[in-house]
Amino acid sequence: MKILVCITHVPDTTSKIQFTADNTKFDSTGVQYIIGPYDDYALARAVELRDQASGKLTVMNVGEADSDPTLRKALAIGADDAIRVNAAPKDSYFVAQQIAHYAKEGAYDLILMGRESIDFNGGMVHGMVGELLGMPSFSPVMKLDVDGSTVKMAREIEGGKEMLEASLPLIAGCQEPIAEWKIPNMRGIMSARTKPLNVVEPVSQETQAEASKYELPPAKGAVKLVDKDNVAELVKLLKNEAKVL
Amino acid sequence: MSILVYIEQAEGKVKKTSLEAVSFANALAAQTGEGDVIAVALGTIGNEELASVGKAGAAKVLHGAESKLDAGVIQAHASAVAQAFNLVGAKTLVLAKSSLGDAVAARLAIKIKAGLVSNVVELPKTDSGYLVKRSIYTGKAFAETSVTTENKILAIKKNAIDLKQDGAAAQVETFDVALEDADFASKITSTERATGDVLLPEADIVVSGGRGLKGPENWGMVEDMAKILGAATACSKPVSDLEWRPHHEHVGQTGVKVAPTLYIAIGISGAIQHLAGVNSSKCIVVINKDPDAPFFKAADYGIVGDAFEVVPKLNEALKAEL
Repeated sequence: MKILVCITHVPDTTSKIQFTADNTKFDSTGVQYIIGPYDDYALARAVELRDQASGKLTVMNVGEADSDPTLRKALAIGADDAIRVNAAPKDSYFVAQQIAHYAKEGAYDLILMGRESIDFNGGMVHGMVGELLGMPSFSPVMKLDVDGSTVKMAREIEGGKEMLEASLPLIAGCQEPIAEWKIPNMRGIMSARTKPLNVVEPVSQETQAEASKYELPPAKGAVKLVDKDNVAELVKLLKNEAKVL
Repeated sequence: MSILVYIEQAEGKVKKTSLEAVSFANALAAQTGEGDVIAVALGTIGNEELASVGKAGAAKVLHGAESKLDAGVIQAHASAVAQAFNLVGAKTLVLAKSSLGDAVAARLAIKIKAGLVSNVVELPKTDSGYLVKRSIYTGKAFAETSVTTENKILAIKKNAIDLKQDGAAAQVETFDVALEDADFASKITSTERATGDVLLPEADIVVSGGRGLKGPENWGMVEDMAKILGAATACSKPVSDLEWRPHHEHVGQTGVKVAPTLYIAIGISGAIQHLAGVNSSKCIVVINKDPDAPFFKAADYGIVGDAFEVVPKLNEALKAEL
């Protein structure tokens, strides 16, 4: 089985979000970049599936050279090789076109990625790639087992989940608890240095919905504390002041 | 010309978030002169329920009544909505952001060659260009997105607009969906859904518990409060990791993102990853015995005290007032 995992290179979840250049650029000063947490779940499950089926696992990112350490980390976690499409990810459609092109070339049986990136939170790329390749797409998938060419999945829906059955090839946007995050060990880190990381050029420059300007939400006012022996006061405030009851 | 809205149903009832999408489309049509709002509904739904979508601002509802569409089969729904889009000659599709909505919208974007913006928080600026404000970095910032395609899809975040409730009944029309076997290549074998409860992503009030509650056996008072308020229950990540509560209740960076009118956090310290899931709430109340809990910095109201003392008293006070 040939598996492709697409990962994002995103600011750590604890990063302070700030912008520069008159609010047109993300301020990466002091920001630690990581594999998107949802992509990390997808990768962890892919490593398990690859090991079960003795297949091959490729990891892909659409990004510039600063993504390379993130791809190396994915190799250390267990991917066999990596592809970086050498372009800043301008919007979901732009990214989907690159992935669809190189995924078709690689003829993968299973394409996994996170349900959404944690920077732009679009959650659209897997569906777009699915439609571009004429493959079924599923998201958010919280369980995925492969038996021959049959795939059994659980997909989260509002207030519950649905169980699905489909056939390979397919695409899934993943989330917990599909697998436990894997932490690279020393052997993985050493071997990642020599695994292939191929840089390829984007196949299209077309975009549809690019972000042009950013802003931060207004600062929150100070909390109003209510004494623990006077909880009725809180109810009054919620009713009359905040008007939320 | 019309704006098309894809509305979702659960057990024959139109979702409230879909009605918000209808109201959003109604306001957008008034702004851009795109004519009427036409909703498309799929699967088994009663005519009366469909006509009531008019209250939120739809003139017409196209009903693809095939019972095969009752379940949210992603490929089939995407095909059906694309057919409706072409049938009415719309240029804009509006839908509510949801598990199914997202999955369907992404495929549609390719099918109808539309620029797609998700997590939309307010009406676009359309006087020059087409600028859409969306929530990014899990609610920690906003981006203005410029859509350059003729066809457009907007996936609306909850509470992006007030629900319109004074529209006339909508005209209901059946439309024949041409479905191919390939659309049903995957099948839903079973569905597990908490029934009778308020669904978390759609709830106006959310009562949430953290590790401070010490164990799943102590959730009774949280459920009591939810019952009194007509709220949904939620929890922090450690609580769902410990399996004290089901995973679909986990609110935070990697869980459900909620945007209720009122979010009450009990025994949750407020890690940055948890805040990312709740920062779109209108009003946040924090109950925690640690006065230095970071959650107080993100709260509108707070009580420093032991949840096991405060919550039962608060439940009594709420009961007396409501």
